[in-house]
Amino acid sequence: MIGSSPRTKMPEQPPEIRARNFKEVPFGLSEELALSEASRCLNCKNPLCVQGCPVGVKIPEFIKLIKEEQFAAAARKIKETNALPAVCGRVCPQEVQCEAKCILGIKHEPVAIGYLERFCADYEREMELTEIPEPAPPTGKRVAVIGSGPSGLTVAGDLVKLGHEVVIFEALHKPGGVLTYGIPEFRLPKKIVQAEVDNLIKQGADLQVDSVMGKMRSVDELMNEDGFDAVYIGVGAGLPRFMNIPGENLNNIYSANEYLTRVNLMKAYLFPIYATPVEKGKKVAVIGGGNVAMDSVRTALRLGAEKAMIVYRRAKEQLPGRKEEVHHAEQEGVEFHLLHNPIRYIGDENGCVKAMECIKMELGEPDSSGRRRPIPIEGSEFMLECDMVIVSIGTGANPVIFSTLPDVNRNKWGYIEVNEETMETSKPFVYAGGDIVTGSATVIQAMGAGRIAANAIHKKLSEQPKKKKDK
Amino acid sequence: MVREYRIIEKSEIVPNVHKFVIRDHSIARKAQAGQFVLVMANEKGERIPLTLSDWDLKEGTITLYVLELGVSTMELIDLCEGDSLFSLAGPLGHEAEVKKFGRVLLGGGCFGVGGIYPIAKAMKEEGNHVTAIIEARSNYLIYNQEEIGSVVDELYITTSDGSMGLKGHVQDQLAELIKNGKRYDRAYFMGCTFMLMKCSEATRPQKIPTGVALNAIMLDGTGMCGCCRVSVGGETKFACVDGPELDGHAVDWDELFIRKHIYREEEAVSYQSHACRSMTGYERDRKTPEGGGA
Repeated sequence: MIGSSPRTKMPEQPPEIRARNFKEVPFGLSEELALSEASRCLNCKNPLCVQGCPVGVKIPEFIKLIKEEQFAAAARKIKETNALPAVCGRVCPQEVQCEAKCILGIKHEPVAIGYLERFCADYEREMELTEIPEPAPPTGKRVAVIGSGPSGLTVAGDLVKLGHEVVIFEALHKPGGVLTYGIPEFRLPKKIVQAEVDNLIKQGADLQVDSVMGKMRSVDELMNEDGFDAVYIGVGAGLPRFMNIPGENLNNIYSANEYLTRVNLMKAYLFPIYATPVEKGKKVAVIGGGNVAMDSVRTALRLGAEKAMIVYRRAKEQLPGRKEEVHHAEQEGVEFHLLHNPIRYIGDENGCVKAMECIKMELGEPDSSGRRRPIPIEGSEFMLECDMVIVSIGTGANPVIFSTLPDVNRNKWGYIEVNEETMETSKPFVYAGGDIVTGSATVIQAMGAGRIAANAIHKKLSEQPKKKKDK
Repeated sequence: MVREYRIIEKSEIVPNVHKFVIRDHSIARKAQAGQFVLVMANEKGERIPLTLSDWDLKEGTITLYVLELGVSTMELIDLCEGDSLFSLAGPLGHEAEVKKFGRVLLGGGCFGVGGIYPIAKAMKEEGNHVTAIIEARSNYLIYNQEEIGSVVDELYITTSDGSMGLKGHVQDQLAELIKNGKRYDRAYFMGCTFMLMKCSEATRPQKIPTGVALNAIMLDGTGMCGCCRVSVGGETKFACVDGPELDGHAVDWDELFIRKHIYREEEAVSYQSHACRSMTGYERDRKTPEGGGA
């Protein structure tokens, strides 16, 4: 029977090898494996998988094209609703989205939709079959996109296709946002991000790096002086949280943002060829259990850690990280110290961390997030030796852009309030989406917000009379 | 508009103090006293913070002073007039607190001799009586004194060897002025961390509100990483977005010194291995495992 054949396993580097290099872990599917996996799809009349996708990728349709060996056409089918399939195929949490809804998952295992998405996107790129869509005739409207992460790239891609002039402003010296500074090379090769950005530029988008908006230019200046008709804010949630416990400013205690930025954006793993250094801990403790924590702990392994530990205050079932990342980390030898929480750090004579005091936790009643609340067990304190700590407990709203943006309403956490149907903020013609609206979320959710905003911006600008060219 | 970050003028104005004038209209038109920029000399370089020491709206240029301290500053200094920086972002950080205080005392050492000039100018424009003290090891290392002298009411120079002005440091001159009955309503210091600490100690007995321009290690310079965190009055602040001006009487200096030295060993490795970078491009490329194994 169709579908009862086992789900295809993605070939990957063996754990003991890959834990010491920065090359991508899974190799991707061969054509043969992709065909065999695609043949498992039942091509449901009422495809639930599509409902599970935040951007509604036409999953059965693209899989049908794979079955017909039209791989590049399959990639284009995905791109009708998802601008970055090579990225999403690698970093989406499919097991809680499309694949969770797959009918096959009830009796058997769901179709490996993510693997197939990655396969056709890679095929299209590697065979150089990427088509640059012909943009619509110029509308004469200009849109500024602040931030070149997943949501900004989506907005820019959609609007440029519709004939708007788009300028993307990126604060760092390289585009991609979290795809570049955050997600490591072994999970998302940077050449893929670069290829996506290159395509966007070929379509006519203008990319300005080194542009810290709120500092170099304010949103008001963009609109009143630089002639932009609308602005999209997709700056992410780039303010690392710390626990504010004693000793947290000791040396070799990093935020995950700093650690990953040093390694990924600045390529500290190639130090001293690249000039930015990073400490190489031997006993590394990563606080937190999300994808960023998994990325950090696996990076520490690759930089030579003998002991790489996750310290997480809840139990394994509550680990918020993508299943595959947790699984990969376990395979590579990461130790999981679950139901543990640090309460203070102890330094050596040079001011470097040498241990942390932890307390054991137990799970109580579910909290507002629906997860069972961790409660410290009194008297269970103990010492855990470590020479490096990476704090990966989430991020908050970065304040930089808001210093010159007083008239955009924000919620109690500092995130921007938007009309969820349009992503428009309280300031007309200013839109926002991604982590700066939702707080830390996933790449695909940020892209979903970008898509909504792009449609709304297009609609609103199309209703506006054409302005006189005075520039 | 393409920003090129071209070096318009570069000169070693005194031994190991290099003045850079760089064209960038975007930053020049927004620069405020006390802010900084992040600079990368080349694609493989570090992102290093440098104080905006002057700017020219009409020409669209900014002025930076660079002292060679390690590989990254060395690579910057290797660039010539007409070259472009790889990356230049700013203006970053809050502007210095500038308002009518009354009698203002400014102190500058190292790069801060250049960096206090815009603050002196802004303080003067607000109608303050401005006294500036600048320091160097010896008379031949003093720079920028005419520029600063032209905007302040009083200028004092100190040298470690006594070859010019008072023998000693900014804080020694400050102590002397206070001894002679001078009173100040506000102090602001810019220079190396040791100097900032010493000067803050010197203003503490008189309870002169003291701002220091902290030069912590930075990475993105926009509050994204927390690398530059520093304890001020028991609270963690980010020097890049909460500063760079912070309360000199509340800074945990011991912690700051330790944090500044985290990469001391790596700095040595970087310096030692730097000779390989002057190899031919071919050799260099062969040794660069781009995106490859560690």
